[in-house]
Amino acid sequence: MKHVTYLVAAAALAVGMAGAADAKTLIYCSEASPEGFDPGLYEGGNTLDVNIATYDGLIRFKVGTTGEIVPALAEKWEISTDGLTYTFHLRHGVKWQTTDYFTPTREFNADDVIYSFERQIKGTTYLPDTTYAYWGDMSMPDLVAAIAKVDDYTVVITLKQPNAPMIANLAMPFADVVSKEYADKLAAAGTPGNMNDHPVGTGPFIFVNYDKDADIRFKANPDYWGTKPKVDTLVFAITTDPATRLQKLKAGECDIMPYPAPADVAAIKADATLVAMQEKGLNIGALMYNTQQKPFDNPDVRHALNMAIDKKAIIDAVYLGLGEVAINPIPPTMWGYNKDIQDDSYDPDAAKKLLDKAGVKNLTMTLWAMPVSRPYMPNGRRAAELIQADFAKVGVTSKIVSPEWPEYLKTSKPVDRDGAVLIGWTGDNGDPDNFLTPLLSCDAVGGGNRSQWCNKDFDALIKKAATISDQKERAKLYEQAQVIFKKDAPWATIAHSIVTIAMAKKVTGYVVDPFGLHHFEDVDVAE
Amino acid sequence: MLRFLLRRLALIVPTFVGISLLSFSFIRLLPGDPVQTLSGVHSMSPERYAALIHQFGLDRPLWQQYLEYVWRALHGDLGTSISTTHSILSEFLTLFPATVELSVCAIIFATVIGIALGIVAAVKRGTLLDQATMGTALVGYSMPIFWWGLLLIILFSGILHWTPVSGRISLDFFIRPVTGFMLIDSLLSGQTGAFRSAVSHLVLPTIVLGTIPLAVIARQTRSAMLEVLGEDYVRTARAKGLPPWRVVGVHALRNALIPVITTIGLQVGTLLAGAILTETIFSWPGIAKWMVDSISRRDYPVVQGGLLLIAVIVMVVNLIVDILYSLVNPRIRHVR
Repeated sequence: MKHVTYLVAAAALAVGMAGAADAKTLIYCSEASPEGFDPGLYEGGNTLDVNIATYDGLIRFKVGTTGEIVPALAEKWEISTDGLTYTFHLRHGVKWQTTDYFTPTREFNADDVIYSFERQIKGTTYLPDTTYAYWGDMSMPDLVAAIAKVDDYTVVITLKQPNAPMIANLAMPFADVVSKEYADKLAAAGTPGNMNDHPVGTGPFIFVNYDKDADIRFKANPDYWGTKPKVDTLVFAITTDPATRLQKLKAGECDIMPYPAPADVAAIKADATLVAMQEKGLNIGALMYNTQQKPFDNPDVRHALNMAIDKKAIIDAVYLGLGEVAINPIPPTMWGYNKDIQDDSYDPDAAKKLLDKAGVKNLTMTLWAMPVSRPYMPNGRRAAELIQADFAKVGVTSKIVSPEWPEYLKTSKPVDRDGAVLIGWTGDNGDPDNFLTPLLSCDAVGGGNRSQWCNKDFDALIKKAATISDQKERAKLYEQAQVIFKKDAPWATIAHSIVTIAMAKKVTGYVVDPFGLHHFEDVDVAE
Repeated sequence: MLRFLLRRLALIVPTFVGISLLSFSFIRLLPGDPVQTLSGVHSMSPERYAALIHQFGLDRPLWQQYLEYVWRALHGDLGTSISTTHSILSEFLTLFPATVELSVCAIIFATVIGIALGIVAAVKRGTLLDQATMGTALVGYSMPIFWWGLLLIILFSGILHWTPVSGRISLDFFIRPVTGFMLIDSLLSGQTGAFRSAVSHLVLPTIVLGTIPLAVIARQTRSAMLEVLGEDYVRTARAKGLPPWRVVGVHALRNALIPVITTIGLQVGTLLAGAILTETIFSWPGIAKWMVDSISRRDYPVVQGGLLLIAVIVMVVNLIVDILYSLVNPRIRHVR
């Protein structure tokens, strides 16, 4: 095989005359094994990282932004004034990748787009017991009516109802385009499952090999329609333990590593051979009161409790400094964020007075502490202990409960649930609607809206914003909605965490993605 | 002998029922239900929920679920992984050689060094050497594997640059799996330096995984040797004027090894437990890491199937050890 000889030659050269080999290899120490290689089937970030190396969507997010949409396989698109019809004009001359297992006979065209979407609309997967999970989670079945081919380079998606966040959904990896010709060939051969093991895309890198749980190899796609990748070979070296990843980075066994242990970040910054890049994550960690339960139905009580919490201390102790105080339910990097809103300041004395005013004495409450670590809440139990101590200072006794995670998710949902729940959210598509609707809409009460908060004005604003396509206008509505949110205080907004990516000094061109994915097409390594 | 074999084989049945029940109940004893866990904070449509519940077979009576599970397992069908959609057995078979390779190296390392240390300690009983050896063994036995592994990585890979940090072979080599054993595949590939690279990647994980068994074997060898060295026939051998190495190495060791063999056999369970941490630290793509990853991604069918397979392997290895032991020590066979 050509690739083998090539690598051997590279290795021999590297040993014989260091630095003389001109083939550039970029090694990324990924944090987990991919679940599969079909972009439609999975939701895990580490799997999507692999997908985006191989595949393209019609459109995509500009790397480094929280929702700026740029062309990909579609060169341009139009949205009808009623917001129901999306017309995409496809790029000409895009070649499907040629691999050991597939040689395309035609270029990318509308048939591929129709195939990729129709399989998700119909929901029939080629593998038993699988679903197009992300398609479902983004409520696409409720939104998309049909997709139709106008000609070889034009497709039209029609919606059941106007939905502004749709365009952002289409930029997500689950909407990437797979080859119809390849799928047909596999189906004819009776091996449709190969689609999930041996991907064929239009993206910057071509899949070469996957050694389960060990490494994934890609080579640069010489026919890529965009800017050609800077490196010749891309390797994902799967390294689950963050301490080991860091040692590999230090030893030069990999060039980039995601998610160092928070305690190691200071050491990485101090190391002259390494660079730590940080980006505010697209997430929120919060304490959600049950606003339908006494005395939390009184906004004054909620404000008082918010004032009792020392958020700065939580960020230092729980996020180890890798977080910032949250004021709104959406992160500040997101468009539509209202930066004029003032947070309830930390003031135990004022909190006590406000509680007295509300007639609340000797309050005893339940405090739910997440039993698992999530980016938006690295240590729920520790955070709950700090909040418990803060509450004690204003005369509120709280009892921490921490059931197992599945139980926690389920039993914290019902409307009659007791007390306040620590939980959070990580954004999918950079649209404010993706935070506000699942977490705070009236429809989500008894579900993801764990504060059981249903405010008619707030709900009307976010519903309206979801139907308008003009982003500036939408932003204004979301800003107003955040004013209502803060005034009514259904949550104590705690923190937005910060993600760290560590890399060797010789790595250039890497841009941190707020969505938490990792892109390598523009990354170079200095010799 | 046949009688012993039959009796020993009959014991397998209740053991299998036990482990199958255990791996079966694991997934059902979890609070909440596995499907709920899968969805996380995202909400899940009732249709998908119902479909997944059906897929897990959780909508049928427990006894039915169990019988079907055992029936399928006996036919080699352990189901498919929720995340990768591959058959659990095929994933297991892909990854198993890596674990075997590491475990075999670790047990060889532990046995050779452990027996040698045990003999030295026994022969030099009561001396500083004995105390030092046994003290080190105790430390080795109590060592937290995770900490020990990281310590070795930092020292040998980070500071001294003698060994690679993790993985099975340098990424400069591209080895197509033939046997699944990297030491063999790297040789078969004919690539210069590949075998050397594979060996260097094995050094640290072997030491880390072998440390606890080494400590146990050293202590066991020492006490067995001490017992044997006090026997009359050893004194006779000495009195005959045999060279000391012959007395210790041949006459005494042969008998002392009998309990040591059992100990080594029992270490297989310990090895697999140790592999969980060792494989995680060294990114070793074996079955122990596979189990850990599956737990973290809540791939319950894999956890269930993997538990059963690992338990069966431990059972089979113990059976083999018992048979070997009865061959070495005929007294065992005749005990009723």
